[in-house]
Amino acid sequence: MSLFRAETRRLSKRRFTKFFVLLALLVLGLVAGGTAYTHERTTDSTRAAAEAEADQEYQEQLRYADQAKQECQKDPSSFGGNCEGLVPPTRDQISSDQFLTPQFDFRADFPVMLTVWAALLALVAFVIGASFVGAEWNSGGMMNLLLWRPQRLRVLSTKLSALLTWLTGLSVLTGAAWTGLFWLIATLRGTTARMTPGAWQSLGLNGLRGLGLVLVAGAIGFGVASIGRHTAAALGAAIGVIVVFQFGLAIVLSLARVKFYELYLLPAWIGAWMNKSYEIIDYSAPCDYSAVNGCEAPTYTVTWQMAGVLFAAVSIIIVGASMWTIRSRDIT
Amino acid sequence: MTAVLEISGLRKTYRGRKGVRKALDGFDMVVEAGQVHGFLGPNGSGKTTTLRTLLGLIKPNDGRMAILGRPVPRHLPQVARQVGAIVESPQFFGNFSAETTLSLLADAGGVNKLRVPAVLELVGLRDRSKERVKTYSLGMKQRLAVASALLKEPKLLILDEPANGLDPGGIREMRTLMRDLSESGMTVLLSSHILGEIQLICDSVTIISAGRRVAAGSVSDVLASHTSSSVRVRLEPGVDLNGAADLLRAAGAAITVEKDHFTVGNAGNPAQITKLLAERQIYVSELTPIAADLEDVFLQLTGTAPVDGANRQVDQVAASQGGWGQ
Ligand SMILES: Nc1ncnc2c1ncn2[C@@H]1O[C@H](COP(=O)(O)OP(=O)(O)O)[C@@H](O)[C@H]1O
Ligand SMILES: [Mg+2]
Repeated sequence: MSLFRAETRRLSKRRFTKFFVLLALLVLGLVAGGTAYTHERTTDSTRAAAEAEADQEYQEQLRYADQAKQECQKDPSSFGGNCEGLVPPTRDQISSDQFLTPQFDFRADFPVMLTVWAALLALVAFVIGASFVGAEWNSGGMMNLLLWRPQRLRVLSTKLSALLTWLTGLSVLTGAAWTGLFWLIATLRGTTARMTPGAWQSLGLNGLRGLGLVLVAGAIGFGVASIGRHTAAALGAAIGVIVVFQFGLAIVLSLARVKFYELYLLPAWIGAWMNKSYEIIDYSAPCDYSAVNGCEAPTYTVTWQMAGVLFAAVSIIIVGASMWTIRSRDIT
Repeated sequence: MTAVLEISGLRKTYRGRKGVRKALDGFDMVVEAGQVHGFLGPNGSGKTTTLRTLLGLIKPNDGRMAILGRPVPRHLPQVARQVGAIVESPQFFGNFSAETTLSLLADAGGVNKLRVPAVLELVGLRDRSKERVKTYSLGMKQRLAVASALLKEPKLLILDEPANGLDPGGIREMRTLMRDLSESGMTVLLSSHILGEIQLICDSVTIISAGRRVAAGSVSDVLASHTSSSVRVRLEPGVDLNGAADLLRAAGAAITVEKDHFTVGNAGNPAQITKLLAERQIYVSELTPIAADLEDVFLQLTGTAPVDGANRQVDQVAASQGGWGQ
C-alpha cells in the first residue's frame, strides 16, 4: 500500500503530468468555448429574424432571375439558347433554417463531444503513461526503487495500477466537468429537451467506454515505454504506428484494393468503440446486387464489442510483454 | 564474528553484440559484521557487477550469495529493508528536489518520513534540499545517494565508489561518517579504487582483479603478506657490494644497487639471501623488509602497475610475477 501511495504521489508531482493535464484542459476549454460561441438558442425572435432574412434572400434571388431572363432575351446563345430553362426559385426552396444560428441540442450533439473528450484524454493518458515509467527507467529512478523493493513484478504492476487509478480519477473529474459544461451550454445556447432516462443511460455507457479508451491508451503507453526503457520508445512507436499504419498502410491497401481496408486503420475501431458501431463501405469492390435496392457497395460493420476485444487483447499483450521483460532482464 | 555478507563462486557473463565478456569468474567475498570493508579493484574488474548481482539487479550465471545469513536473491525482499546501497554513479529523477526524492523512497519502503531531514542534515544537504536534483553538482548527487542509502537505517551499507566527485572536505567528511556509522554497529562495504581511502578507514579488504579475488583479510594482514617481497640488504663495511649483488643476480634475484646497500625486489624468501651470501663468507649486517603501502600491493596483485613505454589497456593484466626464492 505504501508503494502504491508513493507512486500516485510521484505521478501527480511530476511537472510533465501537470503540463499535459493543463494542456488537455486548455484544449477542452477551447472546444467548449468555440461550441458556445457558434451556437445560439432558438427563440421566437431569432426565428422571426431568420424568416425575414430568408424572405430578403428570396426577393434577391427573384431579382437575379429576372435580370438573367432579360439578358437571355438579348443574347440567348450565352445562356445555351434556351431561356425557358431559367426558372425563378420558389419561396419554400429557401428555408429559414439556413439563416438560423444552430442551437446546441444536448441529446443530439453531446455524444460527439464525449468522443472528443475521450480521444483527447486517451492521447494525454498515452503520453503520461509512457513518461511515467519511461523517465524512471531513463533516469535510473527505477533502479533505485528496485533497491528498495526488490520485487520487480510487484513494483511494475503497482506503478501501473497507480497510473490507471490516477487516470480514472482524472477521467471522472474531467468527464463530470465536461458534461456539466455542455449542459450549461445547452441550457444557455440550445436545448436540453428529450433527455429521457434512456438517453442518460446511453450517455453514461458512452462515458464508460470513453474511460475504457483512456485506460487502454495509458496502459499501452506505459507498457511500450517500459519495454523500451525510455519515454521516447513509446512516443516513437506511436508515431511509427500512425505513419506506417494510418498513412502508409491506408495508401498501400487502397491501391491494392484490399477489401475493407479501413479495418486495418485505427479510427474505424475507435469510432466503433465510441459510437457502438462503425460501417465500412467498400466502393472499390463489385457491388452486391439485390432486387429491392439495386446495386449496393458491400459494407462491413465493426461493432463496439469487436473493438473492445481488440483493445483488450492489444493492451494485455503489451502489458504482459512489459512484465515479462522486466522479470528477466539485467538492470544496468 | 558473524558474516554479514558471503559470496562464493560468483560468475557473471555479459552477452553482447561483440561476443561474451566474463565480468566475474568465480568470485568469493566475506564481510564480517561491524567492519568497514574495502572492496578494491581496478576499473572494469567487476566491483559494480558484484554489487549489482548481490542486490538483485542482474542475474548471475552461477554462485551463491547470502546477506545477513539469508540466501539471496531468494530472500532479497526480506533483507532489502536492512541493506542500504548505492550502485555506481548516483542516478535520480532530475526534476524532483532532494527532499521529494527521499520522501518518495521513504514512502515506497515504508520508512518514517522524519528520517528525511535527519539524513539530509547528516550528508550536509540540508540547505539545498528544496532544489531540483538536476541542478546539483556530482558531489552533491553523491551525497544525496548516500543519504538515500542511510534512510532506512540499514544494518549493511553498500557504497560503490562513494568518493567519486567529492571534494577533499567531502571525502574527509565521508570518512568520518563511515567511522561513526561503523561505531554505531553498522557494517559498511565500500568499493573504491582510491587506495589511500581504504587504507585509512577500512578494517579489512577484498581485492578483485579480472573478476577473481586476489587477496582478502585485514588491511595489516594483506600488507604483511605481500610486503616481504622487497628487502633492503646492507653488508658489513668494506665488503664488495657489487660482487655480492652479482652473486644474487646469478641466482635470479632482481637487484637494485644503491650507494651503501642494495634492494632485492623479488625476495619471496629472504632467508635465501643470507644463505647464498653466507656460503661465500659474506655476512649481512641488515636485512629489512621494505614496507609497501596498499598501492604497491594492489598494483602487484592486480597486475596493473604501469610498464615503461606501454599504454596499459583496461582489461590488460600482467602475469603476476611469482616471488623469487620461494
Ligand atoms: N551491461 C554490461 N554489458 C556488457 N558488459 C558489461 C556491462 N556492465 C559491465 N560490463 C563489463 O564487465 C566488466 C566489469 O565491469 P564493472 O563491474 O562495472 O567494473 P568495476 O565496477 O570494477 O569498474 C567490465 O569489463 C565491463 O566492461
Ligand atoms: Mg564500478
